[in-house]
Amino acid sequence: MTHVLRVNPIACVGHGICAELLPELIEIDEWGYPIVDTRPVPPWLERETHRAVAACPVLALTLQHAERRK
Amino acid sequence: MSDTQAQGQRTTASDRPVGGSLRLLPPVQGATERLSAHLARNGQARCRGTALVRAVGQAGLTGRGGAAFPTDVKLAAVAGASGRKAVIANGAEGEPGSVKDAVLLRHVPHLVLDGLQLAAEAVGATEAYLYTGAWLAGWVRQTLAQRADDVPVTVIEAPPRFLSGQETAVVSRVSGGLSLPTFSPRRVSERGVNGAPTLVQNVETLAHLALIARHGPDWFRQLGTPAEPGTTLVTVNAGGRRTVTEVELGTALADVITAVGTAVLIGGYHGTWLPMTTALSLTLDNRALRRHHAALGAGVLAVLPRQACGLVETARVTRYLAAESAGQCGPCLNGLPRIAAAMAELAGPRPRRGTVQAVERWAGLVTGRGACHHPDGTARLVRSALTVFEVELGRHANGRCSATTHHPVLPLPRAEEMPLTDEDWL
Amino acid sequence: MINSAVLWYASRSAGAVALVLLTVVSAFGIAVNRQARVPGLPRFALTDLHRNLSLLAVAFLAAHVLTAVLDTYVSIPALAIVIPFASGYERFWLGLGAVGLDLLLAMIVTSLVRGRLNRTAWRAVHLTAYLCWPVAFLHGLYSSGDLRQGPLFDLAIGCALIFAGAGTWRLVSAAGRLPRARRVAAELSAAERERQTSRSPRAPQGPRR
Repeated sequence: MTHVLRVNPIACVGHGICAELLPELIEIDEWGYPIVDTRPVPPWLERETHRAVAACPVLALTLQHAERRK
Repeated sequence: MSDTQAQGQRTTASDRPVGGSLRLLPPVQGATERLSAHLARNGQARCRGTALVRAVGQAGLTGRGGAAFPTDVKLAAVAGASGRKAVIANGAEGEPGSVKDAVLLRHVPHLVLDGLQLAAEAVGATEAYLYTGAWLAGWVRQTLAQRADDVPVTVIEAPPRFLSGQETAVVSRVSGGLSLPTFSPRRVSERGVNGAPTLVQNVETLAHLALIARHGPDWFRQLGTPAEPGTTLVTVNAGGRRTVTEVELGTALADVITAVGTAVLIGGYHGTWLPMTTALSLTLDNRALRRHHAALGAGVLAVLPRQACGLVETARVTRYLAAESAGQCGPCLNGLPRIAAAMAELAGPRPRRGTVQAVERWAGLVTGRGACHHPDGTARLVRSALTVFEVELGRHANGRCSATTHHPVLPLPRAEEMPLTDEDWL
Repeated sequence: MINSAVLWYASRSAGAVALVLLTVVSAFGIAVNRQARVPGLPRFALTDLHRNLSLLAVAFLAAHVLTAVLDTYVSIPALAIVIPFASGYERFWLGLGAVGLDLLLAMIVTSLVRGRLNRTAWRAVHLTAYLCWPVAFLHGLYSSGDLRQGPLFDLAIGCALIFAGAGTWRLVSAAGRLPRARRVAAELSAAERERQTSRSPRAPQGPRR
């Protein structure tokens, strides 16, 4: 089951904790907001990804099934 | 082209439908089609319910609000949902250069309202809404009073915001909140007005749907291209006038634009600039336009006259787009004002080195990172301007400009109408 | 049978520790909200500390209330732990303690199921922290004389100053925060002003809140 990371841009206020915990997939732009790699999360990063999702103080980061599209 | 919209009235004398009344608009220009005339011209709907959804699919009708999403897919999605359902006829028309929806509601309201009823019946909705600007709301309510509709229609007023036609913003306003885009993993067809599955369709799409219900899919496909069948309304902003024309999809742009100019903006303020020579070689269908990274959008075309400067006009529009940001998402809130300020510098004499690169960088940075496509569309407009007006950029770098007039060309609301409080989003 | 005095002292010391922890938790919570950076501490550490210390506080509170109930010197019914003003002994001040505990439990439970909760609902419950701490503080101050004399008095003052300081910081930032609609206009004028001054167009700007 593949997952993709998505950030809720309205909820996000730029804490940047996600990028600290998951630098392989998340980078912070010049304004403090996350640039998220939206490709399927590789299996060796599953744990760190779940941790980053849980660590967001505003729960802006979510993990969704790859097939689901907005 | 005046920037002012006198007393909120948007359609003016020059907005008469022209170009022949192919299907949607009545044969007599400028007339308002009353219920009896509408029924006399168009007859009664024969195809309804699930059969209508099938017919719409066979006809290949796509949304006329800008996204060109297959209408039957949307209908089926909501029809397949359970529980309370709603339909919204979206006539908000936030794009300043577009008046086609206003023209439809003013001149053929019954066709649109029939489409709304047929769509509601097809998806099993018990609530129907018509969402339009304050200047038309009263007129629509008057028209509704003359009808005996099965599904009661509530007219909701849309604020004069650029984003007011955005699907989730529409649902948010109709649900009683501000007209701001929302972010949800669920589409509005699953969770819309007050949580109910909702069908949102542009008023022109509903008008076409109402005609398909009467004449069938084969009739619909008689005009247009096989891949993009039917007709569409375009608003042409040229020579200081604004006209609404119904055209077959696939019509040569040269037949629609007769004004002289150096470039054409295709698709409104989230659209793409093309050099006049390129534009005149194209047809009005997304397949042809896509090859030049352009799209029809909501059918707004604007011609840049020889005496105007494309950079100056784009800078004006970019500032407007930045001011109309919902301000909810970091990248858009931070990026669009910087892009606008940089474009203003590029529109003036001797911009600093690196400004073009900064705009390119910010355009890339904001694309795809908002809750809606406002940043993407703004980036698209700006990038196309930097490409098409590259020569002009060189002139400005040397302190020159090819504009011989300071008269603004592209239609925009007055600067004082910039949204400053939550009330401006209600 | 455990000596009643031991239970009584255990309850009071656990209570004191809980107060300190809740003070630190509140301060850290406000620091997270303000995106404060502690030199040497990564950002995620502040959030983790805030959450973990709140759980530690619950542990000490559990010890605090259980020893108080078990102690037979004064009669405190078990129900008084969560039902305010159900105790005969020091009905009001003890009752405040129950109020504080209820609020804390609500905050923690809603945070644990946050994914399933509406954003506004979570925030509304979490804002009761500003009620919870003062309530807990008053409970501590007046349920017994501990915090009103000796070194524990200094401790109580210290906690109050920390909470007041952090709370003021939070209030001031909330007061200075532009409403959404005005933020756009502010960004636009700021960007235009920057262009007027002779700064490099590539100068990176920090995030504006």
